[in-house]
Amino acid sequence: MSKSDVPLLDMYRTMLTIRRFEERCNYLFMQGRIPSTLHLYIGQEAVATGICAHLSPEDYALSTHRPHGHAIAKGVAPRAIMAELFAKSTGCCQAKGGSMHVGDIEVGMVPAIAIVGANIPIAAGMALAAKRLGTDRVAVSFFGDGAANEGAFHEGMNMAAIWDLPVVYVCENNLYAASTPVSVAFKIEDIADRAAAYGIPGVVVDGNDVIAVHEVAGEAIARARRGEGPTFIECKTYRLCGHSRSDPRTYRSQEEEAEWETIDPIPRLGAQLKEAGLATDEALTAIEGEVESLIDEAVAFAEESPSPEPTDTLTHVFYTQTQSEEG
Amino acid sequence: MAEMSIAEALRQAIREEMQRDPRVFCVGEDIGITGGFGGAFTVTLGLADEFGHERILDTPISEIGIAGLAVGSAMAGLRPIADVQYGDFLFCMMDQLANQAAKMTYMSGGTVKVPMVMRAPVGSTRRGAQHAQSLEAFFTHVPGLKVVAPSTAYDAKGLLKSAVRDDNPVIVFEHKLLYGSKGPRSEAGSVSPIGEVPEEEYLVPIGKGITRREGSDVTIVGKLLTVYRALAAAEKLAQDGIQAEVIDPRTLVPLDKELILESVCKTGRLVIVEEDNLTGGWAADVAAIVAEEAFFWLDAPIKRVSAPDTPAPFAPVMEEFYVPSEERVIEAVKALF
Repeated sequence: MSKSDVPLLDMYRTMLTIRRFEERCNYLFMQGRIPSTLHLYIGQEAVATGICAHLSPEDYALSTHRPHGHAIAKGVAPRAIMAELFAKSTGCCQAKGGSMHVGDIEVGMVPAIAIVGANIPIAAGMALAAKRLGTDRVAVSFFGDGAANEGAFHEGMNMAAIWDLPVVYVCENNLYAASTPVSVAFKIEDIADRAAAYGIPGVVVDGNDVIAVHEVAGEAIARARRGEGPTFIECKTYRLCGHSRSDPRTYRSQEEEAEWETIDPIPRLGAQLKEAGLATDEALTAIEGEVESLIDEAVAFAEESPSPEPTDTLTHVFYTQTQSEEG
Repeated sequence: MAEMSIAEALRQAIREEMQRDPRVFCVGEDIGITGGFGGAFTVTLGLADEFGHERILDTPISEIGIAGLAVGSAMAGLRPIADVQYGDFLFCMMDQLANQAAKMTYMSGGTVKVPMVMRAPVGSTRRGAQHAQSLEAFFTHVPGLKVVAPSTAYDAKGLLKSAVRDDNPVIVFEHKLLYGSKGPRSEAGSVSPIGEVPEEEYLVPIGKGITRREGSDVTIVGKLLTVYRALAAAEKLAQDGIQAEVIDPRTLVPLDKELILESVCKTGRLVIVEEDNLTGGWAADVAAIVAEEAFFWLDAPIKRVSAPDTPAPFAPVMEEFYVPSEERVIEAVKALF
């Protein structure tokens, strides 16, 4: 893929949409207008964006307790996510899921799986189905550094490897599993080294460089579509926010945070765009305005939407569509 | 009609469903290896020769992986029949079953389905505490899972076929002493209920129980092995002039409450027999339903016959004490008169 084929402006817009969405969520939460807990994706936008830029709605993305960014990058409407956070019937899960389960299977975003590591074998299963049904779909499993120490990681990754399944495992190493630093939980420097144990390629990439993420993702996804099996991508990145709504971040230093601020993926791409003559300040400002409008509209939609009835609790325990779509 | 063991009936159900629907496949440990066992109790024996190793998929020893693979492949359009060697290993895959399979439809607002089957052998069979448990109550407690427990060859085939066609996760509990597995995988102390199975296609609907023996004096509810303990007890009780009605719910979720309630309203007495230990068991739930909905039809207290609140012991003499016996059922019934 040559540089000109890289959808840089689209990726800039997606990253900015995620950032502004998350900032707004935080603001609304502080105001007491969102009942959900929140795990924000601020700082990690380049990962979801660079990977999902290669995916079509037929491909699957599997996420975690921190799923808003993946959902936006995979094409779930921000208004449907916002309505879910507001616990409204128009939410992407009809208010049955909440922040940690946002998704929309119509665009290939599996309702997010908030048990750490659990999506890793499920992604293998989805990839198995994609292969058996003769499609060229791929499954992308996003997870954090914490998940790499779960048993499900080992079992799922090994299965994907032995059967050459079309899956890409994306480890977002943001250096902390909640408050636990990777140095406490790993004896190795690069989690991607573990790929060798499964006989699959392991790649380390700067997760704050969307162009770099996009490039390695392109290779991994193409490899999966060719039937050559999974790739493990470790994206080194950083949460520019707390783990969840009540995290004062006293387990890490302000110096460290300030250092990562200097490589914030969004201004970084903005500078690259201007340097390459692909965008002017005015163009980026225009995108900023469009994104703000989109988020405003999402919040208005969420606020105006109806709440579910208490008795809606009782529906959807079982799948009830009498005639399944495949017949 | 053909005479079949439960192991053969389950195999025939899998064969027919795999012939009918190319999306159906089996996944588990030691299920299709050439020269292997055909699963821990021979259910999938020979199927890899018919359908190939892609559709009788042998896995590494990875129970989380098996369950996760079943969840994912079901969500993405296949119809997995997952196999675990011993029900006790379901605990290894509990997150995938209780958090993932059971909740995905709900969390998605009813838009995602997980049409998977999880087969699991249960029952105490001289293997000690970790290859013995009756786990049904753990799973009847999880909303979003259907649970079936066939005790005859006819039901095993018909219920497994219904489970494969269901759009929800279905746990199929099978009892080791009821398989009738042959050769080196045969079990000491087997009941081996060889039964008649029609040649033609049929399904047993999920959610419908059956009356195994009619009677007017007491209702005995059993499942899996304890259906046979109840039937044997009923024959002896008849010699003493007590006519017991024996109910086999066949499906535990959704439970055919009506069948049990109607029987209790007729007999006025209820004994529930299960192999699980007493506290928090499935029998407690059946007792509660009857106490809430048919209390005024009862002529005597409800009685539970179960295993004691201990792990399953190894020594045959202790195991015989542990698993509810025909004698204990008779004793419980007689105490109600």
